[in-house]
Amino acid sequence: MHPAPSVLVFTVFSGFGFGLLAFLGIGWPAPAGWVAFWWWGLGYACAVGGLVASTLHLGNPQRALRAFGQWRSSWLSREAWASVLALGLLAPVALSDWLGLGWSRIPGRMGAICAVATVGATAMIYTQLRSVPRWNHWMTPMLFGGFALTGGAMAAGHANLAAGFGLVLAAGLVLAFRLGDGQFARAGQTIGTATGLDRVGEAAVFELPHTGGNYLLREMIFVVGRRHAVKLRLIAVAAVAAAAGLVLVPGALPLACTLHLGGALVARWLFFAEAEHVVGLYYGKR
Amino acid sequence: MTLLPGATDKKLGLVIDLDTCVGCHACVTACKGWNDQGYGVPLSDQNPYGADPSGVFLNRVHSYQVQPSDGLSQIINFPRSCLHCDDAPCVTVCPTGASYKRVEDGIVLVNEDACIGCGLCAWACPYGAREMDAAAGVMKKCTLCVDRIYNENLPEQDREPACVRTCPTGARHFGDFADPDSNVSRLSADRGGYALMPDLGTKPVNRYLPPRKKDVRSEASLLAPLLDIKATGFAGWLDKVLGRI
Repeated sequence: MHPAPSVLVFTVFSGFGFGLLAFLGIGWPAPAGWVAFWWWGLGYACAVGGLVASTLHLGNPQRALRAFGQWRSSWLSREAWASVLALGLLAPVALSDWLGLGWSRIPGRMGAICAVATVGATAMIYTQLRSVPRWNHWMTPMLFGGFALTGGAMAAGHANLAAGFGLVLAAGLVLAFRLGDGQFARAGQTIGTATGLDRVGEAAVFELPHTGGNYLLREMIFVVGRRHAVKLRLIAVAAVAAAAGLVLVPGALPLACTLHLGGALVARWLFFAEAEHVVGLYYGKR
Repeated sequence: MTLLPGATDKKLGLVIDLDTCVGCHACVTACKGWNDQGYGVPLSDQNPYGADPSGVFLNRVHSYQVQPSDGLSQIINFPRSCLHCDDAPCVTVCPTGASYKRVEDGIVLVNEDACIGCGLCAWACPYGAREMDAAAGVMKKCTLCVDRIYNENLPEQDREPACVRTCPTGARHFGDFADPDSNVSRLSADRGGYALMPDLGTKPVNRYLPPRKKDVRSEASLLAPLLDIKATGFAGWLDKVLGRI
């Protein structure tokens, strides 16, 4: 699958932002004054910035509001609702923290639930796709949740928790790579089942339907950069694990966050670039 | 509305006969031609006369070489387009309701005025039936020529999808699969029509007819008895000597 930069930025930064907002929402920590302004501001900037980035890959972004329409069937629509609910519910709590208004924290807890639900809905957009076997696995929501919780704990300043989450996440990444590698084969689709020609014999591509490129090849049959996949996997796991260690060093929190986000971006690039869509079978490519 | 209808009154779809398809791409051209001026925005091309041309097509013809366990390999041409699935994943993922399946005839359509061009439906389709129009930023797909099949301004024989109407070998058939006595239902039943990747649970409506079994000759060549030449004279002696070494 094509790793569109807008989608990478969206999933990584909105995950990080909603993770932080969830912690702030439950009041752990509960900053006050201008510290609260900047802390909540960081969470909102990442979450909203990510959501805005996601509209960049739309063909008709001016109609983006229509995405709220089909929450009963569509995970993308549910994500839209959860994100807006989270941002809306958390706003009075953020305001109260900043200006010391002493308002109820109950909307904060509800907002935290919505923030976690947003990350879950984002993950389900990918997990639900049976056409992309690598994504169609319980590891996908685990990873999205893992990155959001680890990043959130880190940005919320919970060093021990973030270190623990980070180590589990690094191990989870290794597991996800291993499990993911076998997913396409486990899904059992081949050029024979895709064309149904397995009932005749062993099928192979003789001639492609077109000599030029097309949307399918660009979007779903993305094969660029896969030869560096092993190195990138090592970089992603090392960055996440190193961030988990670094967060325990006093004063190194900003560096740990940056390292974690870097690892998350590399891991998310691989999440797309290594995912193979079954439509590739028609083209004899994966 | 992207919830799928529980059942549709009709199940319009295609039967594609892989035995008779010669891979001429006439259906591809006819589809592009009709849909360039019919339902929705025209199917755009990018850089059509340049070095790297690209464009949207709703129908593509692949060619495969298939090696049976016995006998010679065969070339099988394979047209690929929307299968108008009963359990269409492209419909349920749509956040705006632009993608929908019609209750009256089962056609899966895109309301282009509501499409935000997120591309998720194309990801959800295992068959590569949807292509984003790079000029208009909306998703395009086979409409079963919804603007032909009910069009009373057309002569009756033209009220079928452009690909079916144009196919010179009669490899494409259009009809209602909900009616067990329709042309497509009977063809599919008689010839062992099959669905693509049924394990994915999409319940495609379109059916493909497998190529008929090829004749197998009892001997390699009719000329075989004449080819069994015995060398005589000097050549015979040479053959014997060389054979012993």
